[in-house]
Amino acid sequence: MASATVTIQLNGEPRGVNEQITVSDLLRELNIKPDRVAVELNLEIVERQMFDTRLLKEGDRVEILSFIGGGRE
Amino acid sequence: MEIDANNRLRIAGYEFKSRLWVGTGKYKDFIETQKAIEASGADVVTVAVRRVNITDRSKENLLDYIDPKKYTILPNTAGCYTVEDAVRYARLARAAGISDLVKLEVLGDEKTLFPDTIGLLEAAKILVKEGFVVLPYTNDDPIVAKKLVDIGCPAVMPLAAPIGSGLGIRNPYNLKILMEAVNVPVIVDAGVGTASDAALAMEYGADAVLMNTAIAGAQSPIAMAEAMKYAVWAGRLAYQAGRIPRKLYATASSPIEGML
Repeated sequence: MASATVTIQLNGEPRGVNEQITVSDLLRELNIKPDRVAVELNLEIVERQMFDTRLLKEGDRVEILSFIGGGRE
Repeated sequence: MEIDANNRLRIAGYEFKSRLWVGTGKYKDFIETQKAIEASGADVVTVAVRRVNITDRSKENLLDYIDPKKYTILPNTAGCYTVEDAVRYARLARAAGISDLVKLEVLGDEKTLFPDTIGLLEAAKILVKEGFVVLPYTNDDPIVAKKLVDIGCPAVMPLAAPIGSGLGIRNPYNLKILMEAVNVPVIVDAGVGTASDAALAMEYGADAVLMNTAIAGAQSPIAMAEAMKYAVWAGRLAYQAGRIPRKLYATASSPIEGML
């Protein structure tokens, strides 16, 4: 169980994750369905087809967003 | 013009049945949101883009209640005060995967939530170039509206009054000039307080009305949603029917002939 971890910034908060984790792995770990979220990695959008292959590394800033109620501010 | 209050609104390849568009903010819960939207008859609903709650995954998703197959989901850039933020949120909305539609808001200040039209023009230019269908929330300024259309916005969304103010249409004459000035659909967005405001906007010739607070903030949101549906429909029909001119003095409706 001694797999190495790295620390990422997830939605503004530090979070330790396993090394070699992909965006898909992270979403699975967080119990978030990938079909209705947008993922931004270091201010760049990760296209959905890249979720399975895009690896996260130490210090990465990850933002996961989705749609909420809102109309006029 | 063929008189048909039910004729479709077309914007950039999209077709909308309803001329009432509604927001999804400020409701008590998702059930109320769902019921109010259903009662409104709207087929366009606006949503915001925000961080997913990481710590509490029990929170339900709005889109479990608002079926994207049934409604056109129109993401907005609400809460954005800079061009950079608005562009960033628009891109995130598209990546979250519903469509290339965006209701573009670049706000000027927190007190009025008036659009920063200079930032708006700049952000619209960037997003149109990236293939977005940009529906800009703008002032009731005909010149800015024309510039937005020149940039490539397929519709404009001028305010009637400040967001959430419920003041109704503060400047009907500007709005009318704006509608004449542009050759794209005009969706009056923000400021509606009650059904008559919505009807008036449509009577002036608006192609649609977007509202949130007037419904969500009413004592009975579901009843108000229904009221808005009829108001928008009646206003549209009255606009198409063509109102009588205003005159200072009376014109008798009954004939004089045959009187004693």
